[in-house]
Amino acid sequence: MTPLIGYLLLSAFLFAIGLAGALTRRNAIIVLIGIELMLNAANLNFIAFWRFSEHPEALTGIMFVIFAIGVAAAEAAVGLALIIAIYRHYKTTNLDEVDSLKG
Amino acid sequence: MDWIVKNLWLIPVLPMLAAGLSALAPQRCRKFSATLAIGSMVVSFLLSLCAFAHALHSVGHEGTKEVFNFTWLHFASGDAGVLKLGWVLDPLTAVMLVMVTFVGTLIFIYSTGYMAHDENFTRFFTFLSLFAGAMLGVVIANSLLLLFICWELVGLTSYLLIGFWYHKPSAAAAAKKAFITTRIGDVLFLIGIVWLYHASGTLLFYDNGQGCMEQSALVKMVAQTTGAGMAISTAIGLLIFAGAVGKSGQVPLHVWLPDAMEGPTPVSALIHAATMVAAGVFLVARVYPLMNTSLAWLSALAEPHPILPVGSPALTVITWVGAITAVFAASIAIAQNDIKRILAYSTVSQLGYMMMGLGVGGVAVGMFHLITHAFFKALLFLGAGSVIHGCHEEQDICRMGGLRKLMPITFATYAVGMLALCGVPLFFSGFWSKDEILHAAHGWNVSQVPFYLGAFGALLTAFYMTRQVARVFFRSCHPDLGRTTTSEQRTVEHGGEPASKHPHHELPPGVHESPASMTIPLVILAVCAGLLGFIGTPAWPWFQKFLEGEQVGALNFANFSEHGVVPLMIASSIIVFIGIGLGWYFFGRKGAPPPDGVDPVEKLRPDIYVLLRNKYFIDELYEATVIRFNGWFAMVCDFLDDIVWGGVVALVTCTTIGLSWVNTSIDNFVINLGFDQVCTGLRRDGSWLSLFQNGKVQRYLGVIGAALVVLVLLLIWGLKG
Amino acid sequence: MTITFAIIAFVTITATVAAMSLRNLVHCALASAVAFGGLAAAYLQLDAQFVGFAQILVYVGAIAILIVFAVLLTRGGEPTEEALFSRTWLAGTAIAVVVFGVLAWTIRNSFVSQRETTPVPDATVKEIGDVLMNKYVLPLEVIGLLLTAALIGAVIIALKEERK
Repeated sequence: MTPLIGYLLLSAFLFAIGLAGALTRRNAIIVLIGIELMLNAANLNFIAFWRFSEHPEALTGIMFVIFAIGVAAAEAAVGLALIIAIYRHYKTTNLDEVDSLKG
Repeated sequence: MDWIVKNLWLIPVLPMLAAGLSALAPQRCRKFSATLAIGSMVVSFLLSLCAFAHALHSVGHEGTKEVFNFTWLHFASGDAGVLKLGWVLDPLTAVMLVMVTFVGTLIFIYSTGYMAHDENFTRFFTFLSLFAGAMLGVVIANSLLLLFICWELVGLTSYLLIGFWYHKPSAAAAAKKAFITTRIGDVLFLIGIVWLYHASGTLLFYDNGQGCMEQSALVKMVAQTTGAGMAISTAIGLLIFAGAVGKSGQVPLHVWLPDAMEGPTPVSALIHAATMVAAGVFLVARVYPLMNTSLAWLSALAEPHPILPVGSPALTVITWVGAITAVFAASIAIAQNDIKRILAYSTVSQLGYMMMGLGVGGVAVGMFHLITHAFFKALLFLGAGSVIHGCHEEQDICRMGGLRKLMPITFATYAVGMLALCGVPLFFSGFWSKDEILHAAHGWNVSQVPFYLGAFGALLTAFYMTRQVARVFFRSCHPDLGRTTTSEQRTVEHGGEPASKHPHHELPPGVHESPASMTIPLVILAVCAGLLGFIGTPAWPWFQKFLEGEQVGALNFANFSEHGVVPLMIASSIIVFIGIGLGWYFFGRKGAPPPDGVDPVEKLRPDIYVLLRNKYFIDELYEATVIRFNGWFAMVCDFLDDIVWGGVVALVTCTTIGLSWVNTSIDNFVINLGFDQVCTGLRRDGSWLSLFQNGKVQRYLGVIGAALVVLVLLLIWGLKG
Repeated sequence: MTITFAIIAFVTITATVAAMSLRNLVHCALASAVAFGGLAAAYLQLDAQFVGFAQILVYVGAIAILIVFAVLLTRGGEPTEEALFSRTWLAGTAIAVVVFGVLAWTIRNSFVSQRETTPVPDATVKEIGDVLMNKYVLPLEVIGLLLTAALIGAVIIALKEERK
């Protein structure tokens, strides 16, 4: 069995990559993918901790992840709908060009 | 209280009401305004007769002075803060009321004829009624304040009536002169009133023992002395006398009376002969108890005698002023040529006699002469008016003559008046009244000089009146009389109306007798001038006793043999006849020089004549001193007002403007600037901060990531620590 | 099992990196699907079978497809010529590096890393269903509402405006 630390590091790495992609890519959809990857990294973290916890029969980690997946799905749907709406308005998915809220 | 005493106020108020209604009426309602005026005067005369009857009835009984006082205003709490006014009915009031209303009514009737062609008929009667009301107010007043109010009203109406033909510059100037000269006296009068109020606490004459003419107040005032050692009562008395000096034309302030002849002749008759100028004499008679006090008397007697003089400093001054005035004015009258001006100076002289009479002989003596003078002087003035009217506004006696045959009624009545004025014995009132004065002056223990002055004055009076009558009525009529007066002179003297407006001159242009509305009052006055003397003869001194509040005894010729009465009568008669004789010699006899030539007096002593003709140059003296000083003082005041006070105001203004400028500057530069700077700073900082918001989502996400790092580190270190 | 874990880790990381760096958006989406699959394998290895299959169902089956749809709907099918990364890529990368550094350092120094393996838990569907209906019934209802709201919201947002 891989020790916990392996999973944790993997999760952290995935999180970092997802964050890097979300912060650096110009396309809004890639940013959304990055965000999904970040969420997934967090889910992995939860499962890892559940598996190595003292009372796994409480299923706390599993519950959390199930709900997290549900929320992530909802969020992805809404996010993509937003991107489509923005694309309709700005005719582009380039985030550098979508700065109407510039102060 | 009797009905008439309570309603005494009606007597002055009715003419005033008539004046008010007449003022509202348009100019064309001449009959209306004349009827109102004459009607109100007649009603006042009837009421005066009621008052006189009442006073007659109560003579010798308890109430010789009946008063009706009322509170006018409260200006402070307590008894001292109340100002009361009132009217009094005593013998003095009663005789004055009857005289004023009677003479007034006759003059009003005369005016309807005299002013018949004047445009401003209604205005004339308005002013006349107002004057009558005010004069009657002076007579009945029980309060010195009420008297002063009516006094000023009388002065005002005198001004309005002297300047009745106001477009004539000489009339306007004369009105102004009259008002200002009497004002000088009135200022001193007012100071006297204030001082009297301060010293005695009340301005009512009679108020159940608390009035200022009554025992307690007089004692208080005599006891106090001023810084110069004069008793306060004397000082106040002299101040009040100053008011009388102005109004009655005594020597320093006499200059307005001759000029007041610019007014219409009825005005001269009523105001400047019979009534207004007599108001000064009446005032002295009214405040006689005050004048009559002195320290010596105070220690000697217990009660102040209200009528007879006991010798006091104030009365001495009054006597001297009166005596000097009498001779002064009589001497000027010798050299005057205007018919009314001679009568004016005669009035001044006779007023001097009245004052002298008050000073040496008491209220009764002075008032007797006042009453008789009112009648015969009014008669003389109305007669002069008749002459002027008949000669088509000619007023120079040197251009008249022989009117005896052309205006017989006027001549007859005028002669009666002239003889009364001169004091021709027995049947003419002036003789009796003037003799009373001379008798009292002869018995004056201070000095005999006023007596000699009075006698000399009687001589002069006879002389100048004879001169006037001779020049006007005797000798031959100048052929051009009534015709050669140029139309310009005529329009000027008759108030600006061209001669064509005289419809009643159907007779050929020449001298003619006056209409009945003018001659009937003359006749009535002549009768009075003749008969009135008999109410005050020594044999039957009803007038004197009436004023003293005593019953008069029966006709008693034995009084004639009292000390010095008959010799004095004979002496004064001789003086009068000498005067008439001299006048006749110089002016009236067949061989006398004609009027066109040099005046005989002038030929005799030209230097004195010049002095007399120019009225002792008093007017010029005043012009050079008082008027000039006044002008200079006005300039000083103007300078003060313009430069000094104006400068102060300007300074304050500049200061205020400066302060407001500072305020504005502070507001603009400090406050606004500060505020603006704050706002600018905020905006700058805000815009600087807003640079952070570049609208890009990824930056926000990056910030969240960085914040996560920071938080984690903080947590770790927090836990570690 | 370390090798299995290594392979899974390798695949997942590669796929993630590919998803974040490919030019063609559809390739990115497919790479992300592979990443999701790798993570599902990790779950399976961690004895969380239900979650693993749920992951495949939801993420690979729905979200990846959704992403592909979105790419196609926004004309992202053709690879673009312009730059992939935004002008501020350095700041973003730096932040990501720092975050990873902090997390790794924390993990390394944490005591939980020393946890021992426990016996296999019983995470059957029955168990999950039991807990879901008893202890977590409220969150279940709430997430039902959430999904409804998200569904309606997404439809409305993405609805083509009919008015002219």
